[in-house]
Amino acid sequence: MISSHLPILLVVVPLIAAPVMVILRSGTAAWILAIAVSWTALAIAGVLFAQVAGGGTISYFLGSWPAPWGIEYRVDRVNAYLALLVGVIAAAVSIYSPRSILSEVEPGRRYLFYTMYALCLSGLLGIAVTGDAFNLFVFLEISSLSSYVLIALGRDRRALVAAYQYLVMGTIGATFYVIGVGMLYLATGTLNLSDMAERLPRVTEPRAVLAALAFITVGVSLKLALFPLHLWLPNAYAYAPSAVTAFLAATATKVSVYVLLRYYYSVFGGGAVFLALPMAEILLVFSLAAMFIASTVAIFQDDVKRMFAYSSVAQIGYITLGVALASATGLTAGLVHVFNHALTKGALFLLLGGIALRAGAMRLGSLGGIGRVMPLTCFGIVVGGLSLIGIPATVGFVSKWYLVQAALERGSLSIAFAVVASSLLALVYVWRFVEVAYFREPDAKVAALREAPVSMLVPAWALVAACVYFGIDTDLTLGGAAAAAEQLLLGAK
Amino acid sequence: MTPEGLILGAIAVPLGGAALIAAAHRMPDLREGVTLVAAAALFLLVASLAPEVLAGGRPGVHVAEVMPGIALAFRVEPLGMLFALVASGLWIVNSLYSIGYMRGNNEQHQTRYYVCFAAALASTMGIAFAGNLFTLFLFYEALTLVTYPLVTHHGTEEARRAGRLYLALLVGSSIVFLLIAIVWTWQVAGTIDFVRGGILSGKVSNTTMGILLALYVFGIGKAAVMPVHRWLPAAMVAPVPVSALLHAVAVVKAGAFAVVKVVVYVFGVETISGMTSVDWLPFVAGFTIIAASIVALRSDNLKRRLAYSTVSQLSYIVLAAALLTPLSIIGAALHIATHALGKITLFFAAGAIYTAAHKTEVSQLAGIGRRMPWTMGAFAIGSLSMIGLPPAAGFVSKWYILSGAMATGQWGAVAVLVAGTLLSAGYLLPIVYRAFFLSPAASHGHHEEHGEAPLTMVIAVSVSALGTVALFFFPEALLALSRQLAGVG
Repeated sequence: MISSHLPILLVVVPLIAAPVMVILRSGTAAWILAIAVSWTALAIAGVLFAQVAGGGTISYFLGSWPAPWGIEYRVDRVNAYLALLVGVIAAAVSIYSPRSILSEVEPGRRYLFYTMYALCLSGLLGIAVTGDAFNLFVFLEISSLSSYVLIALGRDRRALVAAYQYLVMGTIGATFYVIGVGMLYLATGTLNLSDMAERLPRVTEPRAVLAALAFITVGVSLKLALFPLHLWLPNAYAYAPSAVTAFLAATATKVSVYVLLRYYYSVFGGGAVFLALPMAEILLVFSLAAMFIASTVAIFQDDVKRMFAYSSVAQIGYITLGVALASATGLTAGLVHVFNHALTKGALFLLLGGIALRAGAMRLGSLGGIGRVMPLTCFGIVVGGLSLIGIPATVGFVSKWYLVQAALERGSLSIAFAVVASSLLALVYVWRFVEVAYFREPDAKVAALREAPVSMLVPAWALVAACVYFGIDTDLTLGGAAAAAEQLLLGAK
Repeated sequence: MTPEGLILGAIAVPLGGAALIAAAHRMPDLREGVTLVAAAALFLLVASLAPEVLAGGRPGVHVAEVMPGIALAFRVEPLGMLFALVASGLWIVNSLYSIGYMRGNNEQHQTRYYVCFAAALASTMGIAFAGNLFTLFLFYEALTLVTYPLVTHHGTEEARRAGRLYLALLVGSSIVFLLIAIVWTWQVAGTIDFVRGGILSGKVSNTTMGILLALYVFGIGKAAVMPVHRWLPAAMVAPVPVSALLHAVAVVKAGAFAVVKVVVYVFGVETISGMTSVDWLPFVAGFTIIAASIVALRSDNLKRRLAYSTVSQLSYIVLAAALLTPLSIIGAALHIATHALGKITLFFAAGAIYTAAHKTEVSQLAGIGRRMPWTMGAFAIGSLSMIGLPPAAGFVSKWYILSGAMATGQWGAVAVLVAGTLLSAGYLLPIVYRAFFLSPAASHGHHEEHGEAPLTMVIAVSVSALGTVALFFFPEALLALSRQLAGVG
């Protein structure tokens, strides 16, 4: 039965596609394959999501080797939700990519772009479904290495430096992670995450476990760009090819958030992390710092892509804030914002790719009046921006509502005010773009531009529409997040 | 049509109108025809809801459940009915006026203007018919955003700055204070529906009640209670019809409406009557009335004077709601309507003066009443209504507010109302006097060669002045709605 192999197919299909693309050596063929692979992944993720929606868990044993010896893939409501998100973004980016990389990647290298894209997709989905700590490390490396290459493909020469920076930081993160896993292995004698969770309470040497928790937290936080470990992110997002920025911004950091949640709740059991240790307070401080400092820095950026990159650091702060509030509502808020922010930032970076294609430059100063020549692109950016601010009838509002509710449940009016006050900073940086795009007269160079091509507008606007649709009908996003939060808290008991 | 259809139609018609206006952007006549038809259709839809509401019905529609327990839902109650009637009725008059103004002044981007105007009306209807705080908040934010392009219509540096202030204060106050207040209400009450008698009874302490009320009053920046009022004078940079319908009727009344609605349907008049923590509200409102009137008195720019007059008059509504007596609640609801008619007349007149004579300052208006008798006659009627003198509608609402204050012996409020009346006479009557009884300065020469404004504008200003008088003589329908709101009808 093929349907029983879905968890592994989710990972293997893009993984096998990568070498096939290299063999074909054709950009177009690789693109068609990339579309097929992405949509297949979306379909599989959708089926898995539906299968576990009732609360069940799918265990898949690689090569039929039972758990302690073989690798287990374990799909529950948490990672099915995440895999679905990755699938949605991959599906949109795959359609979008060819026109976008036309001016950004040399023709001879295009098949390599798709190869790396497929590898990265495979790695991210692998992180999501695997139930094995070391296997997770392998997929983390697959996705990271391929994303270094993807970033380095950027047209700007600074992309090389950005990729190198990311490589250094990412390698440190991965090393920390694997050190943490090693310590857990020494303490528990297993690499299977659920076995680990079972054995951890019986470990008599808590210091090793604590050290492992610290290493894993820092290592994964580097990957998810938790402030102040975010330094790699703005350059990487700003100089990578547009399609890559959109793909990574919407998926890579989100998958890392999932890893952190998986360890905190399913492995360490939640209580150990949040009650016995001041983890919640630490995370809270860094989240608030991210929300305010990164948003403020975003206001002073001149490059639009960098501006939204800093905005991402701030928005990741909202996600980790939800995690730090450590309640059902807080976790739901964090998880729903994983989805909502992925949709919003995915849409924004896809639209910015249209501007990059037509105008080349991304400096605010050279985009004056662009709202008149690229109306659809710019209006989409405004809608995405409203979602970042958290205007009702966008997905950003749903996240904000739950964050404020979680803060008030905790009795903390000050955190609630911090959440809403920081969203005003988003209003400022979004409106900097609005004023440039609509209030200045286009100069000769801008006036000569045309609207972005349809093949880019359609996937971008599909995500924009999703930003609005899921702001009104939240059954899927909020329902999925609430179910995932419930599942995580089950592990905490 | 079913009441459900009428409610949804009241939002769909202006939205559909906006789409058609955009489609007709190459044909100005058709475009403006669509605006008028949409306005008339909207008023008919709203008016046909009225009989059922007057008979005690509360029709509603549940559109979608956005978050568990939090729905996009509409429910028509007397106050919303009254607000919707006023806003949709005046949209017809304002459209007529807009056509004359926008053509007479050769304004740019007229299609965008009419599209945003229609969208603003759709948002206003959403606010008026909102069945819960979430729906109110959604359309409240939408109204700010769709009026932003209208405020910044001229695209100048000044307009851009005004737009910034407009957004910063309105979006800022609503996100920071109002949203927190709504989530907090949801937290303690378990519901955010508008319910007669309020939803907070017995659920929060005296102190919390005071804090929540402050979050609401200052979060609803559109009510322009000081110090959240600065956006209103800044927004005067917009074309005059925008100031007239939006910043004298739809937007500011959405604010005053929301405050009254929150006091009556979230807090409940009974519930907060005994609470000491809400006693600050009459003082803040009273201070706004007096302070804004003094600023108005000192402003030479006509639109600025009218803007500060609006700030002051809005706080009459807030003060009336804060008095917490049935009579003053009736007065608050009536004042939404009467101030709307009076102030739109004044703005129409200001715009007519600008279009015909290109004058913006009060000091330039000597003798203008002789050249523009219709306009300035209407201005005089509007002034009477602002002051609260018969035979203008303002008298009726002020009468109820004052009676409420006197009946409950709140003499501080009585003093504020009297002082406010004198001050409004002080900043409006000299304009009328100057226009009719002073001679124009001789030096202007050929600048004085003007007559009345374009015909559609004169018609509009006359109609709204007539309405102001008519409402004095026939306030029954609105009075019946207001009495239902106050629970005495």
